[in-house]
Amino acid sequence: MLYYAVITALLATMLLALVRAILGPSVYDRVLAVNMIGTKTVLLLAVVSFLYGRPDFLDLALAYALINFIGVLAVLEFFRSRAMREAAEAAEED
Amino acid sequence: MDGLLDIVSWLLLTTGGVFVFIGGVGALRMPNLYTRMHAASITDSIGPILIIAGVMLQAGFTLPIVKLAAILLFLLLTGPTASNALASAALLAGTKPGGSKTPAGED
Repeated sequence: MLYYAVITALLATMLLALVRAILGPSVYDRVLAVNMIGTKTVLLLAVVSFLYGRPDFLDLALAYALINFIGVLAVLEFFRSRAMREAAEAAEED
Repeated sequence: MDGLLDIVSWLLLTTGGVFVFIGGVGALRMPNLYTRMHAASITDSIGPILIIAGVMLQAGFTLPIVKLAAILLFLLLTGPTASNALASAALLAGTKPGGSKTPAGED
């Protein structure tokens, strides 16, 4: 009973972020939504581990927090280098 | 002991859930990228603080409380860093911070 309100809020927020990820419009909105979903997943894992009384879920949450951060930074670096390459190519054509 | 602790824990969890949900609504309904980022990144900091504090009260003095503290520390370090990287990447790619409306010609 203690945890159901916060679990509902987390799931609803993940749904809203998923709608934002589908709507876009730019790639950065999608990265933002994915980052939000990742943070909420970590919180959901932490709450669920206490709901079911299984503390080993906390290790998963810890690993997921790190992987989420690295993943977001990697995706951003990828799109940043692509944007810079396209800008350099456009400057050469001018 | 259990009654008071449960009440405080429930309050923290529910307040955290409300903040997180407000952040989700803001990320969906705000008009442009930077305002969406504002809504999402602020609630990404206050939500974990409240929710993990609420869960910590249920854990007692055991090993899980250390893991929860580590999770909170990582989230507080990485959340703003990711938001900063996202904002600077978007700015470098040419997304202008607009006014209350999305600039004409984009979207």
